[in-house]
Amino acid sequence: MTILTRRSFGALIGASAATLAAPSLLRANSTGRLVIIGGGCGGASAARFARINYPEVEVTLIEPYPTIITCPYGNLILGGKRTLPQITHSYDGLRARGVTVLQDRAADIDPVAKTVRLASGGDLGYDKLIVSPGIGLRWGAIEGYDEAAAQIFPHAWMGGDGSQITLLRQQLEALPEGGVVGLAIPGNPFRCPPGPYERISMIAHYLKQANPTAKILAFDAKEGFSKQGLFQDTWAELYGDMIEWIPGNQDGKIVRVDVENKLFISEFGEEHRVDVGNVIAPQYAAAIVRDTGLADESGWVPVNSRTFAAAAASDIHVIGDANIAAPLPKSGYIANSTSKTAVAAALADVTGRPAPSDPVYFNTCYSHGGAEYGFSVVGVFRPTDEGFAETPDSGGVSPRGPLSELAENRRLEASYADAWYDSITRDMFS
Amino acid sequence: MTRFSLIALALSASLLSSTAFAQQPTPLLAQACAGCHGQSGEGEGAIARIAGYDREAFVKIWQEFRENSRPATIMNRIAPGYTDEEVQILADYFASIQ
Repeated sequence: MTILTRRSFGALIGASAATLAAPSLLRANSTGRLVIIGGGCGGASAARFARINYPEVEVTLIEPYPTIITCPYGNLILGGKRTLPQITHSYDGLRARGVTVLQDRAADIDPVAKTVRLASGGDLGYDKLIVSPGIGLRWGAIEGYDEAAAQIFPHAWMGGDGSQITLLRQQLEALPEGGVVGLAIPGNPFRCPPGPYERISMIAHYLKQANPTAKILAFDAKEGFSKQGLFQDTWAELYGDMIEWIPGNQDGKIVRVDVENKLFISEFGEEHRVDVGNVIAPQYAAAIVRDTGLADESGWVPVNSRTFAAAAASDIHVIGDANIAAPLPKSGYIANSTSKTAVAAALADVTGRPAPSDPVYFNTCYSHGGAEYGFSVVGVFRPTDEGFAETPDSGGVSPRGPLSELAENRRLEASYADAWYDSITRDMFS
Repeated sequence: MTRFSLIALALSASLLSSTAFAQQPTPLLAQACAGCHGQSGEGEGAIARIAGYDREAFVKIWQEFRENSRPATIMNRIAPGYTDEEVQILADYFASIQ
């Protein structure tokens, strides 16, 4: 990909005239064309926000799946607290707002011609492009773990068509009495930092009722994790000795899997036999941003902390899990929060309306530890000249302490988590 | 339904829509609140309604969250992250929603 320099809006007309635009996009009187790749938490939020606040702009969303299964609340399927239809959302709400939703895959981006190549054929012209493609799994980073192996040891770390989380749930239901569930958890960075540990909790919540002598072995490439104290308190309080967490410095890093013999093999060669294996594989940004040179050698995309413009292309804004924005977590809430700043910054050029001056990025990640048992981490972030920073003396995690003192707090946070899910998914898909 | 009430309904609907049309866009800062408190601060499930909140009360309660002198689960962690000026923007906006 060639490096794109900022061009004036007028200079784009020649490029766009040569573009094969979908017929539905050839509307009169529009100020500009915003194309969004990816209809997950970030892309859907961007599309909806753009239609509400910039009605003069044409918005096209490219998403391969006909509906979206959210990653948030996916673990609750394992815990038996939600069903797949309850976390599946249609794009009809966005269509009703005037978003053109193309069920297609973005195959390539030409930042000079300012077009997106669709997998079905044809190029789609844009004035501004928002890319919210999510993650890709590094197949082979754990030896033996490829797409075929994921049919035996599911990752269940991307919504997709729902088959992965369904497979994992079915495997848990079929677990022999007193069987072993193994999880392989990656090093940083990865999608949803507290997610693996909420998953452990929800699996335990299910097994406590269905298979109380079962064991959960959680092999981690790291020595610490998000909301660690709260999770470990939860496990001790609710699940006794069912869960064992093995950190990286105790040979917890899984480097090879053998799906035929149902083995996890650690860095120092220890073989662990599991009945159910959940491999949350190491990750990088989705292929579309790696293949087009938007990502750097880390596999993630460097962005401007005020606009989310990619370092390599100023008219392409990359949001959600695919970008480099630490200490912002790779969460659905951050994808939602940052999408609005990215849209406002992108469309300032096109519409002549002001760009955001002092953006604030907001995150709350709730986790469910058990029945009526929730807790959270909060972060308020701002851009700096070097990148992003958490606002001092703010945010942090729920209080720790004995359940006898905190039961009401945990119950409230669980109910707030449910309300958060309903509220934020409306802010994305309705 | 009588013809009169139908007309009244149509009138109120058009008034509502014109009010909604005239309403200033949500400040970017307040967008974060929609994650839990609903699209226009109308509340969601167990989460409090903040639309139409009295301006002075909003600022006072925010300060209590900030000082951790008001019972809270997460607002006491959120409140210290915003400046007085930002709290004024939020208070003005949510007070303006009818």
